[in-house]
Amino acid sequence: MPKDFGVGASSKRREDVRFLTGRGRYTDDIDLHGQLYVHFLRSDVAHGRLETVDTEAAAEMPGVVRIFTGDDFREVGSIPCGWQVTDRHGEPMKEPRHPVLAEDKVRYVGEAIAAVVAETAAQARDAAEAIIVDIDDLPAVVDMTDALAGGACVHEEFESNLCFDWGFVEDNRDAVDAAIKDAPHVTTLELTNNRLVPNAMEPRVAVGDYDLSTDQSTLYTTSQNPHVIRLLMGAFVLGLPEHKLRVVAPDVGGGFGSKIFHYAEEAFCTLAARLLRRPVKWTATRSEAFLTDAHGRDHVSRIDLALDRDGRFLAVRTETLANMGSYLSTFAPSIPTYLHGTLMAGNYATPLIYVNVKAVFTNTTPVDAYRGAGRPEATYQLERVIDKAARELGIDPIEIRRRNFIGTDQFPYATPVALEYDTGDYHATMDKLVEIADVAGFEARAQDSRRRGKLRGLGVNCYIEACGIAPSALAGALGARAGLYESATVRVNATGSVTVMTGSHSHGQGHETTFPQVVSEMLGIPEDQVHVQHGDTASTPMGMGTYGSRSIAVGGSAMVRATEKVIAKARKIAAHLLEASDEDIEFSDGNFTVAGTDRSVAWGEVSLQAYVPHNYPIDQLEPGLEETAFYDPANFTFPAGAYACEVEVDEETGKVDVVSFAAADDFGNVINPMVVDGQVQGGIGQGIGQALLEHATYDADGQLLAGSFMDYAMPRADDIPNIIVDHSCQTPCTHNPLGVKGCGEAGAIGTPPAVVNAVVDALQRGGHQITHIDMPLSPSRVWSAING
Amino acid sequence: MIDNLRFHGEIILSEVTLMIAITLTINGKPVTAEVEGRSLLSDLLRDRLRLTGTHVGCDTSQCGACAVLVDGAVVKACTMLSAEADGTEVTTIEGMAADDGSLGIIQQAFQDHHGLQCGFCTPGMVMTAAALLKENPNPSDDEIRDYLEGNLCRCTGYHNIVKSIRAAAAAM
Repeated sequence: MPKDFGVGASSKRREDVRFLTGRGRYTDDIDLHGQLYVHFLRSDVAHGRLETVDTEAAAEMPGVVRIFTGDDFREVGSIPCGWQVTDRHGEPMKEPRHPVLAEDKVRYVGEAIAAVVAETAAQARDAAEAIIVDIDDLPAVVDMTDALAGGACVHEEFESNLCFDWGFVEDNRDAVDAAIKDAPHVTTLELTNNRLVPNAMEPRVAVGDYDLSTDQSTLYTTSQNPHVIRLLMGAFVLGLPEHKLRVVAPDVGGGFGSKIFHYAEEAFCTLAARLLRRPVKWTATRSEAFLTDAHGRDHVSRIDLALDRDGRFLAVRTETLANMGSYLSTFAPSIPTYLHGTLMAGNYATPLIYVNVKAVFTNTTPVDAYRGAGRPEATYQLERVIDKAARELGIDPIEIRRRNFIGTDQFPYATPVALEYDTGDYHATMDKLVEIADVAGFEARAQDSRRRGKLRGLGVNCYIEACGIAPSALAGALGARAGLYESATVRVNATGSVTVMTGSHSHGQGHETTFPQVVSEMLGIPEDQVHVQHGDTASTPMGMGTYGSRSIAVGGSAMVRATEKVIAKARKIAAHLLEASDEDIEFSDGNFTVAGTDRSVAWGEVSLQAYVPHNYPIDQLEPGLEETAFYDPANFTFPAGAYACEVEVDEETGKVDVVSFAAADDFGNVINPMVVDGQVQGGIGQGIGQALLEHATYDADGQLLAGSFMDYAMPRADDIPNIIVDHSCQTPCTHNPLGVKGCGEAGAIGTPPAVVNAVVDALQRGGHQITHIDMPLSPSRVWSAING
Repeated sequence: MIDNLRFHGEIILSEVTLMIAITLTINGKPVTAEVEGRSLLSDLLRDRLRLTGTHVGCDTSQCGACAVLVDGAVVKACTMLSAEADGTEVTTIEGMAADDGSLGIIQQAFQDHHGLQCGFCTPGMVMTAAALLKENPNPSDDEIRDYLEGNLCRCTGYHNIVKSIRAAAAAM
């Protein structure tokens, strides 16, 4: 039975009211008294030596307050990288200085060379055009193979463009090689995971402010994790201690990973406001967003899958080149390594796995996490090679997966790539998928398509992801330079309403609605009596923010722990009021009752006594009812599922239409089914975009050719079909108090292989011996494949 | 709306800038303003009138987050000069609530069917939906998807936006 409120109810989102009436408060909606505007003059060449930056004429332009160049920022720190990878030879990764404004060299198109601060945005823009920049062009390296083959050096202090050469698990390397050499069948696939631009609809914005009277800096920014920005920017770049620095991320218009990272513009606005003693604002244009938001994916891989004659997996070996771009963005090194290599077991009991990743510097925009972050790349390799193997061995693609699933009796299951899956039922999600996608009816639909002159194909695949990032000690051992716990303060107000202050951040996920559902359920008070506060370091406990599908699994767990502490204290207050012992007090539906009696006090009476402690055990208990918890997860969570895509391919034009899409996911327990459906649908939309449309293409000189919505094909409403979503298969997480796994990235992870498998299926049904086409499967690529 | 008129950040210029006086109606209320020739309607709404519900998501007129109604037709406010809006009737997302301040039919349908997540594209989606339903009170899913060709959403995969507009049509 669907519930009307609390955990499991599709409560309508309360934040929608402000968004639907134009009262959202996004960073660009913030204007401060006396505010100045900055415009960044950006490099239009990908690689060159910065000879002169002549600002003399520009400084005389109307409204110009000051122009900064790299020389002004040499004393500030490097924009830090938050993850250090150690390579297979025991060496730390190469870690270049990442300046706020370019020093000596420019290394990608879009790198900021100078910053013009003026009274109006238009004046800043106008004056930037009067700056004379002399750059001595150097050859650019764009292609990763060229970069490793001795092309120009992006960072000359290193001998090559190789950032690290990582092996995982290095000790398994020889055994995997031997297993593949001796296997009855080996399927090999070389593939590219196309570079993407995240393109949250809200471009990035930063407003720096400085209060001279308190020596306090405030940064308003479009961030998924204001505390992380405060730590990275304060401690590593500007040398500002936390108590002098407040970071506010108000309503944020989507992130998808791109707003995790600390960016140069944030540090610039914060420092410039201190220097100029006036607020300084920067609003990115979409063109700037294309050039400067960290990009996603961009892996080139070769995967070998060894099988026996029955299609059982014997070993997996994969070699990947991962593009880092020109500098190391905040979490860049972790994406192709610990968020990618560790997922190479997928949903399968493959005994031997070896992953090699070479991370490469190129003269392109830095690459970092984008929805899924490493896990889509792993899933794509594995599920594509399995599909190819099934076709080579003449085994049904669903059947070959079933033969290799980790069985329900094998949990907890330790993979050969360091993870321990706590729970799952991959046959159940596959059964559900076969039902909701009507796989049995596919042949009839294919014939119908054929009659209409189209080739129809069915693509099926599985996925697994590691979410709820992460046990801090484990992450630290793997190279994280931060803890990855989450925090919550639960403040019960005197009249019984509750304010939850969370370190998580909502930028579309709906925390303001879903978090109260949990507290409401625990306390037996209405959802509207619970308010969630997030996004301001001044009013929330230190928390690591929202990414990696971690908010409910880690942030929600912290909130549960804090609420449990609140209940424990409230129980003591109630025991005093009822003149009973703590152990005899039962708490349900918002009432404390002496067990076996009708004597009770209501929630509101207890909360009032906590703040008006006239009748109160003051010698044993402090007044007040407010508790904080920091939750460090014991393990990752492992959402998993099975996806099916049906496409129609037009042989004449190569055009692919996704005609149906079904997703059967296991997210463990679900707090708000409506919100979960929305997360999955959105992820699938992005996955279809990656598979068919999106590609951040560079030319050989390092110019981003797909640098606007005119050139970069974003999925539009008529590119995506209605989507069937089901999350009724639930194997609750065993190690967090809500039994939840997280749902934010599943769609983006599971979708691309489903689409590509479907297109290959359609083409093979049409008699075309095509085993692979690299994404995006644009009409020209499909047509070219058909026509040789 | 006149009350909200604030010339924030517009410090007096040292050079004379040609200003154009315009009069228009915004959300049913008369507005007069002096604007620079290069001022866009989105600048006027956001920066001068503080109607910040109209969002700017791109610089090539592709995303539709800034869509408003000008004399009943959908216009991307980032592609219209403020001066061109002289004498027109403009409706923004702030003008879409019912008379009693509660959500209008389209807005309510978006909340009921989870037609928004981060909310950034939402004002443009609602305004475009209003224009669609005026032209075609009972659109098919394909017609809805086709009409939204100028509006990008990165969060929803469009599924629930289409559902919301379908529901709004039924409720009208």
